[in-house]
Order: sequence, then C-alpha cells, then structure tokens
Amino acid sequence: MKALILIMISGALINNVVLNQFLGICSFLGVSKQMKASASLGAAVIFVLTIASAVASLLYDLVLAPLGLDFMKTIVFILVIAALVQIVEMFLKKTSPAVYKALGIFLPLITTNCAVLGVALTNVQNGYNFIECVLSGFGTAVGYTIAIVLLAGIRSRIQETDLPEPLRGAPIVLISAALMSIAFMGFSGLNI
Amino acid sequence: MNKYVERLYNGLIKENPTMVLMLGMCPTLAVSTRAMNGIGMGLSTTAVLILSNLVISLLRKVIPDEVRLPSYIVIVASLVTVTELLLEAYIPSVYEALGIYIPLIVVNCIILGRAEAFANKNKPLLSVMDGVGMGLGFTVALTLAGLFREVLGNGTAFGFRILPSGVQPIAIFVQPPGAFLVIALFIVIMNAIGIKTRQKKLVEGCDGCCSTCASTCKEAEK
Repeated sequence: MKALILIMISGALINNVVLNQFLGICSFLGVSKQMKASASLGAAVIFVLTIASAVASLLYDLVLAPLGLDFMKTIVFILVIAALVQIVEMFLKKTSPAVYKALGIFLPLITTNCAVLGVALTNVQNGYNFIECVLSGFGTAVGYTIAIVLLAGIRSRIQETDLPEPLRGAPIVLISAALMSIAFMGFSGLNI
Repeated sequence: MNKYVERLYNGLIKENPTMVLMLGMCPTLAVSTRAMNGIGMGLSTTAVLILSNLVISLLRKVIPDEVRLPSYIVIVASLVTVTELLLEAYIPSVYEALGIYIPLIVVNCIILGRAEAFANKNKPLLSVMDGVGMGLGFTVALTLAGLFREVLGNGTAFGFRILPSGVQPIAIFVQPPGAFLVIALFIVIMNAIGIKTRQKKLVEGCDGCCSTCASTCKEAEK
C-alpha cells in the first residue's frame, strides 16, 4: 500500500512530468494563458492518461511481452493512444455532451502530448504491474494539472506587469517555469 | 542559390527549428544537460527526419489524403524503433544517456511538421536535403544549449574540464530549472538583437506543435 501511494506522489510531485521531465511542454506553455482552459486541459489529461496507462499496461502484459514483441512497443503505444483519444472523444460526445463541451477541443491535442507516450513507456521500463501503471498514470496527470494551473495563475499576474521589451512573451513564461521548477526541486528531498 | 543548398541554409539559419520556429521544445529542454547528449539526440533525430522525409516524399502520391497523419505516424514510429535498436546495439552510452527521449522522437513536432509542410509536396531528393538542413539546425541548437549548460553547470565542455579548479560551477544550470532559464536567455538575446522568432506560437493559444493540433486550433477559434 505504501509503495502504491509513493508511486502516485512521486509521479505528481517529485518527478513532476513537466517541470522535472520536460514532457508535454508544448501544451504547458501554449494553453496556460487562461486559467479556465488550463483546468479543462488538466482534467482531460487526467482522464486520458489514466485510461491510456491502463490500456498500454494490459496490452504490454497480455500481448507484447508473451509474444516477444517488446521492440514494437513504441509503434503500438502511439497508435493505441491515437485511437483511444478518438474513441474517448466519440464516447463523450454521445454520452455526456456537457463534459464533451468542456474537454472536447483539448482531446485531440492530447494525442500529440508526449507525456502520454512518455508515461506509458516509463511504466513498462519500470516493470510496473497493472495497478501500479494506473496509479502512476493518474499521479503523473495530477502533477501535470498542478503545474499548468499554477503557471496559468502566474501568467495572469504577469500580464499586468510592465516588462522590458525583450522579455515579453515566451522568455518570461519560461523564467516563471524555471522558478516553479526550483520550487518543485524541494520535493526531491521527500523520503517516505 | 542552388535550391538544394538553399534548403540547408533554410534549416540551419533562416528557419532553424529550435531557435526560430520554436519546435521540439521537449527534447531541447530535456537532453541539453551535456553537449555530447545534444549531439547524440540531434543526430538521432536528423537520421529519423532524413529517412522519414524520404519515405513520405516517395509515397506522397500513394497515401490517401484522409489517412495521411496516421500513415506518417506509423512510418516515423518504425524509423524511430530502428534507430533505437541501432543505438542500443552500437552506441550504448548514448542510448543510456538519452533513455526515454529516444522513443519520444516519434512525437517530436519537427518530424511530423516537416512531413506535413514539406515532404508531402516535394520531390524525394529535395525532401532529403530539407531533412538534412532541419536536422543539422536542430543538432546545432541542441549542442549549443548543451555546451552552454555544461560549461556553466559542470565546468566542462564535451567532457573536458575547462573552468579552473578554484571556480565553483553553478549546478542549477545542469538541473531542470537551468533548462528553462537557458532557453529563455537564448530567446531574450535573439529578441534584443532583433532576430524574429515565432515564439508567439509557443505561448499564445495553439503552440504550432503539430499538424494535428492545427486543425484543433481552427475549431477552437470558432
């Protein structure tokens, strides 16, 4: 039980997917302009990453590993993730239009989010079992959401400040991310 | 200028994928801790990019337009797998240093971006040259960022110590925050001397990441 909690906390805080491992930087910098959009994207990532980790884990344990097709994992995972996002999108459209309206436009973005493929591959590399994979996927996605929502908050304050010309735009956002990353380094001392 | 040489100039300087187009930020930030890692990552990506541009250009009249993106992804993923296996077999030091970021070349926006923007409209040889130019542009940018971080954060360049032994390196530069700081610094310098970058793509709405999200952005605008 302790190990499972540790996997989640490690995914969310200690090895934060954006600030420590640099996965999903594109959407982290691109979407964090608005708080509402960031929170919705975060929710969509939690949803997709948890399902994708579960599916990838099952597929690897039941199909790829027994057949000795370990080397096919990159191709299989990326296709499964792309297909999965499509299915989730269609499923949400039919069953809960309200959720679809909130998350819909962000779902296709997630296919190209390297965090999803990155987590699926890391799980396999670490030799996690099914439950550990799901928790690790969920924890990582929560970490992503924390990071993007925090950055969106910081950026809403930056917009009101008077910055020197060359710092405007991407540089100040990257510097904010660097400062957040320093703060998150504090978690690496966490030994549970 | 010869149109093949022009492709090289375009990739290396005019439309440098990292510094000007702001593409492929994930690997840039992640592996630029050492100059050697930058070269390893840059050349691996270059190899995949050249081959994917070649294959996609050869197949440009065969692949139906509606399924082109999934087809490109399968082609790129196969090439990445081949590269990964070759690295594991012949250059294990690079394979271990880059780790998870080698399979993640599949989702590097530069590769799908060039397939969509160039290779599916142009002849094979020209597409190969585009791949060489873009790949080398990426390699140079990654190596520069890696060198900068390695010198400041570790006091070495390509593994050789260059700072005098009394000088304490600034360790933060080889740690994760340093990656964000160094890229921010590069953009600030380019802004200050007046080189136009497309950083707006990076921070406003759509990040210009991939062709897939281009269609998403149009929907979002509506």
